[in-house]
Amino acid sequence: MSEKRYVHPVDMTMRDGSHAVSHKFTKEQVAAIAGGLDEAGVEYIEVSHGDGLSGSSYNYGWSYEKEEELLRAASGAIKRGKLTVLLLPGIGTIEDMKMAADCGAKVVRVATHVTEADVGEQHIRKAKDMGMMAVGFLMMCHMVPPEKVVEQAKLFESYGADYINIADSAGAMLPDDVRARVGAVVEAVNAPVGYHAHNNLSLATANSLAALEVGASFLDCTLRGLGAGAGNTQTEVLVAVLKKMGYETGVDLYKVMDVAEQIVEPIMQQPQVVRNASLMLGYAGVYSSFLLHTYRAAEKFNLDPRDILVELGRRRMVGGQEDMIIDVAYELSQKRRREVYENREYVGKS
Amino acid sequence: MSKVKVAIIGPGNIGTDLMYKIFRSEHLELALMAGIYESEGIKRARSLGIKTSINGVNAVLEEEDIKIVFDATSAKSALQNAPLLKEAGKICIDLTPAAVGPYVVPCVNLDKVKAEPNLNMVTCGGQATVPIVHAINQVAGASYAEIVSCIASKSAGPGTRQNIDEFTQTTAKALEVVGGAKKGKAIIVLNPAEPPLMMTNTIYVKVENPDEQAILASVESMVKEVQQYVPGYKLRVPPLLDGDKVTAIIEVEGAGDFLPKYAGNLDIITAAAVATAEKLAEMILTKEGVA
Repeated sequence: MSEKRYVHPVDMTMRDGSHAVSHKFTKEQVAAIAGGLDEAGVEYIEVSHGDGLSGSSYNYGWSYEKEEELLRAASGAIKRGKLTVLLLPGIGTIEDMKMAADCGAKVVRVATHVTEADVGEQHIRKAKDMGMMAVGFLMMCHMVPPEKVVEQAKLFESYGADYINIADSAGAMLPDDVRARVGAVVEAVNAPVGYHAHNNLSLATANSLAALEVGASFLDCTLRGLGAGAGNTQTEVLVAVLKKMGYETGVDLYKVMDVAEQIVEPIMQQPQVVRNASLMLGYAGVYSSFLLHTYRAAEKFNLDPRDILVELGRRRMVGGQEDMIIDVAYELSQKRRREVYENREYVGKS
Repeated sequence: MSKVKVAIIGPGNIGTDLMYKIFRSEHLELALMAGIYESEGIKRARSLGIKTSINGVNAVLEEEDIKIVFDATSAKSALQNAPLLKEAGKICIDLTPAAVGPYVVPCVNLDKVKAEPNLNMVTCGGQATVPIVHAINQVAGASYAEIVSCIASKSAGPGTRQNIDEFTQTTAKALEVVGGAKKGKAIIVLNPAEPPLMMTNTIYVKVENPDEQAILASVESMVKEVQQYVPGYKLRVPPLLDGDKVTAIIEVEGAGDFLPKYAGNLDIITAAAVATAEKLAEMILTKEGVA
């Protein structure tokens, strides 16, 4: 118990946080945040559309700037740290990864649904060939038992992943769920293990500590907790908590707090709090990125966003299926129209 | 009525499903199922009275009367098979992403199909979405088309999984080349839910002329055309207009010939391949003056 354990915070303010600003980050903002994080000593700085490289679309929302420009802006501002990107096979391709590497990305995190790691094999292998650090990233881990997470983590390790990230994309796990899954993976693989929380049940920091307890050494976080749903683990809070617990992170607490308050806070479109719909994401186990799309669909079809989310959860929709929000909203609105019609019929007859 | 002799190379799930569809065809006669080892698919074909071989493409080349060959192997093998079949004067209908020949989506460009040496069936997502993009483009002009295909994990074989980039790239290209969109983008999502979900396809199109009635009529008529060869093809969400953005959602339920009904993604590509072969067979028979 003499040596201090080292924890690697992976800041995703400009990736998962991108959801919270509807993917509207500008080059200037990205350069300022990336520069600030780098200056504060954050090693891994992730920049991508919220749904990964090439996510800019009707389905996931349009980025304000070209991804390439954002990556170059970040790369230009990072002196010590590593520019990191996210890639979801099925959305982004190896071509996008090459583009990111040309812009200076050193790390790629290849994210698949927790049961589908094999769709990321070609991307992990190619990243390693290109000399990049490659991370196997399993999404929606709350949906399956620990044994399944282990099986898929091992696949990623066999492809050459440098670490395995266990993500609670729906912010649906309780601390014991985290311990069971992260702990089982730590036991089963040789590669380091990371954890990614969402704050939908207000458990992001607590769950990150639970992961740490069972051996995780990489923790995802965002400044001010900016992110999909109720957001992620808050970088500056995590750094403070880890410091208090005696862990080493290499991050300067005051500096990282300053980036959050001076640069990120003024950009925020709304306070990052647990609103009813984001609470429902965690409660019903729905992909956090669905939140803002659900609010829009609820408004368009005049529905309660909670009804849409519960139905999405019931149908067991996975990450990337934002299109099904429209499907559900349309179906619910048709159902309601029929009910209104039938009531009228009834009234007419009586 | 006389029939044209055809062969299948690759007796896996796709090849076996093709076999059952060919049994129902008026113009096609399955003369050979070729594989490279004594697989389940080879045994099944033999038990149904079909001639089989484990000599792959070579067995097909030896049979002069075989005019049309379905390649249901892999992109890598299909690239090797294509020149050999061409040299032997056989038409190859390629169900892999090798994309040697032009893309065919039957309800859109089957009329333009000639007896070319090689025809490519795009991807399952392409077969499901290109018709809708084409239907919208015809009446409203598609400046951009984006599709999201969701398939059940169980229906995605190792070929799809190890080459998922090929799916997105080939489908996006077909949205442009066959669908007529100025720019295309394709996304694929695998969902492991149990019981497996039906294949769904969401189509978003940015249109130049947002005429809702014309778009609706064109899409509905296109859905009927696709239903001629894929009975389980249906509109879940009819075209919704939001400014210049059209959104429509299609569900594809498989025919359940060999593959389960949720594998609509596989059914739509085998159905499209057989529809294409039938058209070619009619042309061959007419030319021979038999039909």
